[in-house]
Amino acid sequence: MQLTILLIAVLALAVIGLYFGRRRALRAAGTNLSKLHSMPSYHGWYVALWCGIPSGIVLIVWLIIEAPILEALLLSYLGPTVAEQSEAMIGLLLNDVRNLASGDVVSREVDPAMQAAADRYASMKSTAQAAVLAIGVTLGGAGFGWAWRRVSPGLRARNKVERVVNIVLILSSCVAIVTTIGIVLSVLFESIRFFSIIPFWDFLFGLKWSPQTAIRADQVGSTGAFGAIPLFTGTLMITLIAMLVALPVGLFAAIYMAEFASPRFRNVTKPILEILAGVPTVVYGFFAALVVAPAVRGIGESIGLDVASESALAAGVVMGIMIIPFISSLSDDAIVAVPNSLREGSLAMGATKSETVVKVILPAALPGIVAACLLAVSRAIGETMIVVMAAGLAANLTANPLDAVTTVTVQIVTLLVGDQEFDSAKTLAAFALGLMLFVVTLALNIFALHISRKYWEQYD
Amino acid sequence: MTDLAEPRLANAWQDADWTKRRLRRRYRAERRFKAYGIIAVAVALGFLALLIGSVIAEGYPAFVRTSVALEVDFDPKVLGVGEAPSRDELQKANYGKLLRESVFAAFPEVTARKERRKLLKLVSTAARFELRELLVDDPSIVGTTQRVWLTASSDVDMLIKGSAPRDVPEDERRLDDQQIAWIDTFDAAGFVETGFNGEFFVNADSREPEIAGIGGAIAGSFYMLLVTLVLTFPIGVTAAIYLEEFAPKNRITDMIEVNINNLAAVPSIVFGLLGLAVFINLFHLPRSAPIVGGLTLTLMTLPTIIIAARSALKAVPPSIREGAYGVGASPIQVVFHHVLPLATPGILTGTIIGMARALGETAPLLMIGMVAFIVDIPGGPFDPATALPVQIFLWADSPERGFVEKVSAAILVLLAFLILMNAVAIYLRRKFEIRW
Repeated sequence: MQLTILLIAVLALAVIGLYFGRRRALRAAGTNLSKLHSMPSYHGWYVALWCGIPSGIVLIVWLIIEAPILEALLLSYLGPTVAEQSEAMIGLLLNDVRNLASGDVVSREVDPAMQAAADRYASMKSTAQAAVLAIGVTLGGAGFGWAWRRVSPGLRARNKVERVVNIVLILSSCVAIVTTIGIVLSVLFESIRFFSIIPFWDFLFGLKWSPQTAIRADQVGSTGAFGAIPLFTGTLMITLIAMLVALPVGLFAAIYMAEFASPRFRNVTKPILEILAGVPTVVYGFFAALVVAPAVRGIGESIGLDVASESALAAGVVMGIMIIPFISSLSDDAIVAVPNSLREGSLAMGATKSETVVKVILPAALPGIVAACLLAVSRAIGETMIVVMAAGLAANLTANPLDAVTTVTVQIVTLLVGDQEFDSAKTLAAFALGLMLFVVTLALNIFALHISRKYWEQYD
Repeated sequence: MTDLAEPRLANAWQDADWTKRRLRRRYRAERRFKAYGIIAVAVALGFLALLIGSVIAEGYPAFVRTSVALEVDFDPKVLGVGEAPSRDELQKANYGKLLRESVFAAFPEVTARKERRKLLKLVSTAARFELRELLVDDPSIVGTTQRVWLTASSDVDMLIKGSAPRDVPEDERRLDDQQIAWIDTFDAAGFVETGFNGEFFVNADSREPEIAGIGGAIAGSFYMLLVTLVLTFPIGVTAAIYLEEFAPKNRITDMIEVNINNLAAVPSIVFGLLGLAVFINLFHLPRSAPIVGGLTLTLMTLPTIIIAARSALKAVPPSIREGAYGVGASPIQVVFHHVLPLATPGILTGTIIGMARALGETAPLLMIGMVAFIVDIPGGPFDPATALPVQIFLWADSPERGFVEKVSAAILVLLAFLILMNAVAIYLRRKFEIRW
């Protein structure tokens, strides 16, 4: 709560600084504004930044170090008997004390010692936060005073403010890098822990996937097997079915739109097709599970085939529908980018339009189309909701599209949804699968980019 | 290629018949090719029509709700309260008994225990809370008899709306013949009514399909998008400004660019793993809270917004920048006073489209525990909540038949929001787009 007060106080100080800095600059300039090096509002911003940045840094630093510091203090208060327990027990105890202090439910009977610890924790927390509030406000006030006194006609306030703005710009463009590093590190660390339990090659080439590990040592029948091959084949099968649907439909739609259709038809149809790309994937999942899967099953049974109710075919077809606009719009770009001279040259030789398309335009647009397909495959591999809702959970190693198969993304979701302990091989396996997913999709994207860049320029 | 395979005479091209045949074949191939294109477009449009059509067909009944009227005798003895009960007493009174007595009173001829239990299945179990609300709002009706409209149970609701067929064998129906007969006599007496289901937009989730609503999910999605917008918009725009206007062309900025393009293509579920590992396990933020969802979606939408903002900045012609430099503006002033205002419509359009994508995203939210069953409407970004697409996922998984129409209705609401956002984006683009 006190941190919210600090945040508000910092903002208020900055606003006051903005006003007084500007006023002081105006006073100093008197009637002749051109005496000022910078515009008055830059002086205001100068003071405001001096108020806000120091106390803002204090606030952020405290938010980061609050939890570990309080934890260490609490542990030293609880004494050596607690510190000797296993890490998990300590974590549970600390959690209970924290919950008790904030008035939430706790997992055990509350004894007086624990109540005392909770009271102690609450008082430590409020003391520390009051101290942070005091430091923050003092720093802000000091910054205000210092900057305000320096405001004078000769102060190069604009340059200083612009330097800060520049730093802010650089920092925000680094967020993307930080995100990538975050993804790689978070997935990699957990994966390394996983591979220290399950050997890497067993994971990559194992033929059996049943992630239910035994909770007790004497439990029967659930030893856990983490061979990911059935997941990879399942993912590949669904992706293949999706591409079999999306590639012909998307490519022919793009060719028709670009080469045959009248502009009016194109203007109407193209945005409608784009709607398919905007529909949330959970809607496709619903469509797959409640409309397509029963239909596939019904058709299969009427011609005497045994179809699983969560067949790969249904999920694959719906995923194909989702990818159609992706392929069609990217191929459309590639086809339109083919220079008109090629088209006209071919038509002038007496070729029909379709011959021109097949023999001249498609070869010229091929790099773009291949890149579109690779991007579409990477999309299909990473797609989650459709398969979670319409594909199965059982890891079957099968080549029959009417059977239920499971995919990498389905397993990540089932392993991580619900209550979990964070150290078991079961949850760590999800991160290993995530690492595979990240690496494969990244490789596909880079490869697609490489192809379209390398083979593109020859017609320009 | 086939023309080469033809056995041809030395002067084949002079043979008029052969030429004609070949030409006909080529024109046929041309027509066929064109037909493939039309079929492909038709197939894609057909899929879209099927998708939207099936959702609308399933979903529109959810916007209608069935109520039944009961003569309720608010007898203080049944309620277990005094003659002039206090508010506290009324909160704790026995509404289950009141509801039971009222239902039995409507059908005095039914006395057998088993049949009476079947009778109770006609009214929603949530009806007792409706009675409580009524009484707490107006304590003066204690001791009187009132006609009260109460929510019917999901089975009755579907029967009245025609979603549950009457003509299937009795043991395949949720309601047996006797229950249907009761409902029909009630209906004939004018005690059954259907009306617009406003509760659907206000209520939070529930185990009972007839009172489950999307209010909680909409609030959760709202807080999440709020967090996302507050973070992505400034970060995305400033990052785009730096990369487009200030960044020197060197290996580091090249790396950032490649990075952003790759991030835009990373599967959304991987962002969910990141959110779980960093925000929940490392920073100990609360599970299931919109703040975590918003942070995760921020990282996910950031590349989209940076790319959109960069292309909007790129579209501003250099003459604007040169003119501003010419009158003595500093580089920062050039960007913030001249370039940015002109690029704003494009940036806003990109932001809205990015937000629309974030609104429809489900997979990363499953990772960070927003799939919990939550019956309260969240009051802020730190309360446990679920989001609209996740609510759809949860209901689609529920076995009760009554939830199918709820799922479709929730999808319709989600699609309506998405269409609205995209329409605003298109309008902004059309209205403010400047052609240089």
